[in-house]
This record gives sequence, C-alpha cells and structure tokens, in this order.
Amino acid sequence: MPVSKTVGARIKRREDPRLIQGLAHYVDDIKLPNTLHVAILRSPYSHARIGAIDTDAAQNLPGVKAVVTGSDIKDTIGGIPCAATDPEGFPGIKVPHHPVLAIDKARFVGEPIAAVAATSAYIARDALDLIEVDYDPLDAVNSADAAFADGAPVLHEDWDDNMAFTWQIAGGDIDAAFAEADHIVSQRIEHQRLVPNPMETRGVLAEYMRGKDQLTIWSSTQIPHLLRTQLSIMLDMAENHVRVIAPEVGGGFGCKLNVYAEEALLGHMAKTLGQPVKWIEGRRENFLHTIHGRDQTGVVELAVKNDGAILGLKYAVTADVGAYYQLLTPAIPTLTGLMLCGSYTFQNVQMDLKAAFTNKMATDAYRGAGRPEATYLIERMIDIAAHDLGLDPLDVRRKNFIGTDAFPHETGTALAYDSGDYTAALDRAVEMADYDALRWQQAELRDQGRYLGIGFSTYVEICGMGPSAAMPAGGWESSTVRVDPTGKVTVLTGVSPHGQGQETTFAQLVADGLGVGLADIRIIHGDTDAVQYGIGTFGSRATAVGGTAMVHAMGKIKDKVIKIAAHLMESNPQDIVLEDDKYCVQGAPESGLTLAEIAQVAHVGVGLPPETEPGLAESHFFEPPNFTYPFGTHIAVVEVDADTGEVELQRYIAVDDCGNIINPLIVEGQVHGGIAQGVGQALYEEAIYDESGQMLTGSFMDYALPKAHNFPRFELGNTVTPSPVNPMGVKGVGEAGTIGSTPAIANAVIDALKPFGVRHIDLPLRPEKLWKLMQERNDDSL
Amino acid sequence: MIPFDYHAPKTLQKAMRLVREHGDDASVLAGGHSLIPLMKLRFAAPAVVIDLGGIGGLKKVTAGHETITIGALATHYAVESHRLLPGKCRLLPETASEIGDVQVRNRGTVGGSIAHADPAADWPAAMLALNAQFDIAGPSGERAVAASDFFVGLFTTALQAGEVLTRIRIATPPENSGGAYVKMRQSASGFALAGVAAQVALDSAGNCASVAVGVTGVASVAYRAHAVEDALRGRGLDAIAEAAAHAADGVEEFQEDHHASADYRAHLARVFAQRALTRAFERAT
Repeated sequence: MPVSKTVGARIKRREDPRLIQGLAHYVDDIKLPNTLHVAILRSPYSHARIGAIDTDAAQNLPGVKAVVTGSDIKDTIGGIPCAATDPEGFPGIKVPHHPVLAIDKARFVGEPIAAVAATSAYIARDALDLIEVDYDPLDAVNSADAAFADGAPVLHEDWDDNMAFTWQIAGGDIDAAFAEADHIVSQRIEHQRLVPNPMETRGVLAEYMRGKDQLTIWSSTQIPHLLRTQLSIMLDMAENHVRVIAPEVGGGFGCKLNVYAEEALLGHMAKTLGQPVKWIEGRRENFLHTIHGRDQTGVVELAVKNDGAILGLKYAVTADVGAYYQLLTPAIPTLTGLMLCGSYTFQNVQMDLKAAFTNKMATDAYRGAGRPEATYLIERMIDIAAHDLGLDPLDVRRKNFIGTDAFPHETGTALAYDSGDYTAALDRAVEMADYDALRWQQAELRDQGRYLGIGFSTYVEICGMGPSAAMPAGGWESSTVRVDPTGKVTVLTGVSPHGQGQETTFAQLVADGLGVGLADIRIIHGDTDAVQYGIGTFGSRATAVGGTAMVHAMGKIKDKVIKIAAHLMESNPQDIVLEDDKYCVQGAPESGLTLAEIAQVAHVGVGLPPETEPGLAESHFFEPPNFTYPFGTHIAVVEVDADTGEVELQRYIAVDDCGNIINPLIVEGQVHGGIAQGVGQALYEEAIYDESGQMLTGSFMDYALPKAHNFPRFELGNTVTPSPVNPMGVKGVGEAGTIGSTPAIANAVIDALKPFGVRHIDLPLRPEKLWKLMQERNDDSL
Repeated sequence: MIPFDYHAPKTLQKAMRLVREHGDDASVLAGGHSLIPLMKLRFAAPAVVIDLGGIGGLKKVTAGHETITIGALATHYAVESHRLLPGKCRLLPETASEIGDVQVRNRGTVGGSIAHADPAADWPAAMLALNAQFDIAGPSGERAVAASDFFVGLFTTALQAGEVLTRIRIATPPENSGGAYVKMRQSASGFALAGVAAQVALDSAGNCASVAVGVTGVASVAYRAHAVEDALRGRGLDAIAEAAAHAADGVEEFQEDHHASADYRAHLARVFAQRALTRAFERAT
C-alpha cells in the first residue's frame, strides 16, 4: 500500500500519551461507591477431596459481607465453558464439568474454593485465613506421562483414565514417503509450559442495577462480546441485560481470550449482594490460575533424501492440558497439526495427539497458540536433518521452500497459504546478517575455544483468524462507522485491542479513506452496550478481519458522501473525487466540500438527493474467505560461554513479511515484543510443577522473564507480499515475532555447541544445561 | 491486613529505645526490600515496625584516606554513584551496580541487605573480601563485628536481639591494590547463583601481598575462600587458575534448587574466582 496521507507512515501511537502519563483506566482504576472487595480462597493442594468447609469465623469477621463456597452456587452458576469440544473434531472427548468453585475435589493448586466479599480488600484477604477446609490429599499427576501411567490417580472419576481427548491429522501418503526416504531423522522434542504474564493481571468489577435488571461486568478481557454471551448462559440472564466492558487492558497474549471463574462469580455476587464487587488478581494468583501456554512433548520423525529434500513428517505427541478445559484448550494443539508443513513443499504429514488431564492449570492460547510448537519443531528438525546429512541448514531450507510462483499453495494439512515469497525474505535476512562472514568468524573463534552459533528460523504462520467455518465461535468481525453532524468520525469496532495499536492504525485508515484529520477520529471498542457484536482481538486478526470490516463500512459511508456531494454540486457521483480532504469534481478542487460540510447536510436532512436516507452511519460484518499467512526469516547470533554455559545474544536479524503495512512503527513494536517473548521461551521461561503438583515458579523471583538488558538492538527488515484475502492486503503481525524467534535462538545455541556433538537440547536453554552438555562431551573425548 | 504499629523515629537513640521496648515483637525496616515482601506473603507478621528511614545520620557514605564508611541506610545507588569510591575501592561500586535493577538500587539499603543475610545477596561477598567491620548498636552499647564473624548461617547473623547495624567501616585499600566482583544472576530474581568478590594488594614484584575472596550464592551462607587465598599469597597472576580451583573447598552445605545444582554452583564459584582475581590483579597494577 503506498503512503497516501497517513497509511504507511510512522505515526506515534495515539494510545501512548494516556498510558505513559498514568491517565489510562484499567479495571482497578474504576471506582464505584459502596464497592465490596473480593478475595478468593484457593486450593493449596494439587489433588484433594474436599470435605466440610467451615466459614463461620470468616463470616463473623467485622467487615465481611459474604462467604461463598462451591455448594452455595453449584445450582445457580453454570460451568466454565469450553468452545472446542465438538465430538466430530475430537471423537470420544471427555468434557468434565468445570465448576466456578470446586465442589467435591480440588484438582490443581490455585483452584478457587471459596470467595469472601468484604468492605476492604485487606479484610477480605484476612478472612481467607479464617476459612477452614477439610482436605483429604490425593496423589498428584504432574505430567502427561504420569497421567497415562498404569494405576495413575484419576482426576475426573466419571471416567476410568486421564485421557482427555485424542486428535489426528494426516495428509498425503505418509507410509510411501517414509518408504522412499534415505534417512529417517528422529527427535523427541519438548515444548515447555509457559506463563503468559501480561503486565496487568486479570481483574473484574461487577455492578448490578436491580431496577433495570442490568448486570455490568468490567473485565480485563480480549473478548467482551463472547464473554457477555457466556456469562448470560452461566448466570441464566438475558444476554441483553448483561453488559461487558473491557476498559484499558494491559496485555493479554491470549490469556484473556477466555472465560474465567471469577467473571461469573463476581457477576453472581454483585447480583445477590446488591453492591458492586471488585476482584483484582494478584501476581501469584495469575501464575496459578490464569491459563498457561504450550506443554506438548512428542517425537518427530522426518523422512528425508540424501540431498536434503523432505518427503514427510510424523509427529506423535502428548499434550498436558491441565485439570480442566478453559475456553479453547483442546483447539490449541490442533493448530500445531495444521502448521506442520511450515514453509516447505512436502505434503505427507501425520500428527497423532493424545491429551492428558493433569493436576495443573489448564493450557490454552498463549501468543502464537499452537503455531510456535509447529514452527519450533519443523525448524529444529530441518537443522537436525542438516546436521545428520552434513548439509548447511540454509541450503536445506532453500531446497524445500514453497516456490514464489506456487501460491496459493495447498498444504498437506489442507490449508491454502494465500501468498508468499519465502526466498526473498531469506535472501534479505542473509544479506543483512552477512552470513558468509558469520560462518568465517565462527570458524575463527572455534579455533580459540569460543563458541559462536548462528541460527535460522524460516517461519510461516496463520493470522487473520479466520473463516467462521474454521473457528470454534465465529471468525468474522464487525464495524460501524458514524459521522457526526460536525464531521467527527466515530468507529465502533468489534475487536478489542489491548496493546496492538488499532486506535492509531484504524484512525489512519479512516483519515485517508474519508479525508479527515486523525484528531477528528475516535475508535470505540470493548463495550458491548456501545458496540455491535464482535468477536475480539486474538490470533493476529484485529486489522486483517476487524480492519476490513471497518474499511467496508467506511466504503458505504464514502459512497453516500459522494452521492450527496454530487447532488450538492450538480454533478455525477462518478465524477467526484477526494482530494486534499475535499470531495470535489475532478479537476476543480477549489469548489470541493469537506466531510463536515456534507455531514451537516446529511443530518439537517435538507438538500439530500432523492431517495436518500438522512444521517451518516453504516455498519459492516466481514466474513474472511481465508486465513492470512505471514512469514519471514529470523537469524540469531549467539555466543555460548564455554566456562559457564551462559548464552549471549549478540545479534538478532528479523525480516518479516506481514503484507502491506499501515504503520511501520507499530509493526516494529509488535515484532520487538514478539521476539522478546519468543526468546523468553528459548532461554529463560519454564513453569515447573514438582512431584506433588506444587508450582515451583509461582513468582517473578523464580519465573524468569527476559529483560531489556538481555537483548541487543534488533536488526529489522521486511518484504511486502500483499495478501489477496482482504482489500488492504494486510496479514497480521501480533504473533510473528514470537513464532519466529524461539527456533532461531534454539538453532543458534545448538549450532554453537556443534563441536561438542550436540544435536538437540530442550528448552529453556539454561546455562547449567549447556555447561553440563559441554562437560559430558569433553569427558567423553578424554 | 494484619495490623501492626508503625514507628518512624528521627534519631538512632529513639530507634534503639523502641527496639528495646518492643523486643521480639518488633522488626526494623530499612529500604523495605526484604521485610515488606515477607509481610505481604504473611511469612513475617511483626506487631511493631520500626522504620529507620528517617534517621539522616545513617545514610552517609564517606571515602577517606584511611577509612571508608557506609551508613547502614545508604542505598545501593549511593555507593554505586559515589564520586570517590571508584578510585579508592572499585569493588564497592562494582558490587552495588550488580544488585537488582535501578529501582531496587535506589531504594534498597546496604545495611538492610547485610542484616538480612540472604545467602545469595551480593554485599556479603564484597564485605568479606574487604574485611569490613560492622558497627552495631545494642541495649548494652556499641560493638563492632568483623564481616567474617557476622554471617553465621542462612538468614542468620551475629546480630543479637535488640541490636541494630548502624555503619560499615572498611580500611581504604592501599596503593597497588585492586578489587572486583563477578556474578551470575539467577535469571528471574537477579540474586547471585554464584558471586565472587576478590580484593588483592600486590608487592613491588607484582606478586600477591594480601588477598581476600568472598563467595556468595553458593553455600547456605557467604564465606571467605581461604584455600584460594592461601594458594595465591606471595604468588603472581599465573597462579590464579590453580588457586581459584579451591573456591568451593570446605563448603558444608551448598545451595541447590531448580535454578542451579550444587555442582554447578561450586563450578561457578571456581570460574568466577578466577575471573574476579584476574580482574583484581589487572586493577592493582
């Protein structure tokens, strides 16, 4: 897309002044008179039968207004929903009831057991210590292997075992591919469990107005409309009497793409207590009871020819999904299956998934959601194959790339990649990195006993989610564009941005499309009473799907504006053009009309063309015909300290192609954050539960997030291959950095340790792990 | 909230009176980076909190010809940014700069960290390597304790009930001496998985005239690596590697958790002893 007026320009985010000045209103910043504060008692046991719960002492603490337990609400609040349990997709899936407060059994540490509402947050917290719960601890299941072991304790006793569901995908002729191969390259690969850690934890404020029978829920969510629907079902209220507001939301990364116990519980408490109730999640609660990501372990087999040509891939994997399903839990590993072919031509593919119930928090969508697993394993396998065959990993990639002229490309998993030029992105990254010089430098340093590593990741991912037929709960998006009598433009969008910058990028599209200044445009989102139904922000979809809905609504506005302008200027609509923010007859800009002038006519209602409705507002609901498939090449350069195993990230080169770019500054910001989060998985992050199901990494003192000083200055580049899926040609960039970076780092570190015969190391690549490997191999050679 | 009484005395005398009065019920608050998290987690629930933050006299850092003094309430940043310390005793600002992050260094205090005696804190290593003396005020007057006698065990020091650490005194290192602190951060907390502080003085031949090595993060308490010192005294740069190999000798109880095993911590102690000593030698010449 050429830079017209604002589209394509590096415009600073309009959201930022309020965010950096402390003027934003998150859930906790919203104060209602008479609010009660809620604290949640959580299970200290990973697996235990719950006997009597004595709440008397807590009830009697001055300031406590209510104590609620599972048995109090089990008949009034429905179960926590999961939208991905269709038995056609998951034959034989076990769908356990997921209570808002545990009833007979606690199944993970942090599971809500009881709630206290009190006049202050301190009193509510104190009251938790006065609740006595009679627990009978049971043996814990702390991994998928443990879940499937003979005699394993069964979490959900309606069934005989912990097999949650199975799922399979197959394409091409996998047996023929493996029969034809010169080599079968095999590797067991773990994708460790991760904690999403948005800067703002979750939080809920609920208010019930009895006279109107209206419940308002402010929640730090990515999906206000879907949440409203689900809450109306859980609370048995008419959906149009429930209003959900997502105020400022401080990050989500998928973990707020969900429906949580507290959202329903606080709605219920507001209604029964007749006072507003507020709960703000603590960071420790967030570690324990906001969804986790990844946690797949599997064996990958790659069928290859001696020249590096890939014939097929098999993946037998178990997913540790935790104790219950959250909104999309079973769907996440299926995204891994869909993306197993990566950027490569091979069509023969098979994935067999077994999912286990364990005594842990549920897994669900975390930045990338299933695609990082696919990219990581295929990118790792390419490097392992190159290692085993004695080839350069770069050459193996080039050899297997889907050709630039082969789009749209149908994968072995029946996806249709929309557009791509993988070689162009690779070439650009290789040039930026000066690859040959890096290899030369690596050889030099090895002679000095220093271990430099160069790692590639050539990813493709799914964005713009997505066609409704492929989504568990609608994949379309909505927008209403309204022009006020004074010419100010208001956009109501069904997406729910929480850091992605659409208040800026959408305004850019409107400014150029309708000929108004950025300051005259307001983007409204996240309030179900203000905005028509929409789906929300996740899966790198907001611009590709929500933006397209807005562009179509804007097109309807523009048609009407032009019709009115033509009538006023006694001309034909087809002769009217928008020039310098004026609607004018082509070639006569001096006599043109501004949007404000036309809007005024539309609202006064006098002087309109015949058969024209007054007013100036239009809506559009957009159903995307396909996903979009951004891609790119990331290159990491690391040095591993041979004495300590520490990894120094020296350079990071990322060439991403997300289609047309509306605002390069925002795209770079998304890429920066994405890379950092992916590096976090590669080097630092890991949610560890011990044998008894206690989480060892339940705070920032023990769970390592990457920090600014861990990074060099990123070297970013891009190629532009527009998507044919939407009129803007955009693809999406919210998750690309995360998906691309984890394998680049892993490949670089493992490349650095090649002299030690290292072929694969599971993540995170902690110094001790690397040091031990180097020690062992040194000892071996003695 | 578990209620507690809060006192903010303006003088040390008033603080000591309060400490005496409340005995075991009281906790002393300095920068708030250890006590407050413990209270939030309900691991500590003192009935009385005595905030020393208002006592101006305990914040001063001075670097004289003979002695360097650090008031117990001086922030890490006050040491890190002191104008004269880089010239007089590089080890001190270098250690300070390795603590936490900017916010922590601006708020946390040297004395608070020392008195808390976290086995992975950075200051104990430096204090051991500098043979620091700790001035302690108590019910029966003042006394001074050497760093080597102060760190007794896991979160345990020589401080008795009713005693407060008031000041750290360090003999200003002579000419021809150098110091360095090298650590590996635990990737989440920033505390030391292993941290080694070394301070050496060289004779005219460039050999080691005196040396002290403090190690933190490795054992249940920070310790002096005497075996390293003994192996290095009287010898030159080329003896460092051999001497540093003794950095974990004699440790009875290693720290061990999912961040690092005992073996790895012992190994890091040896690696960082070598690096810290090498750097200290370079700075001494």
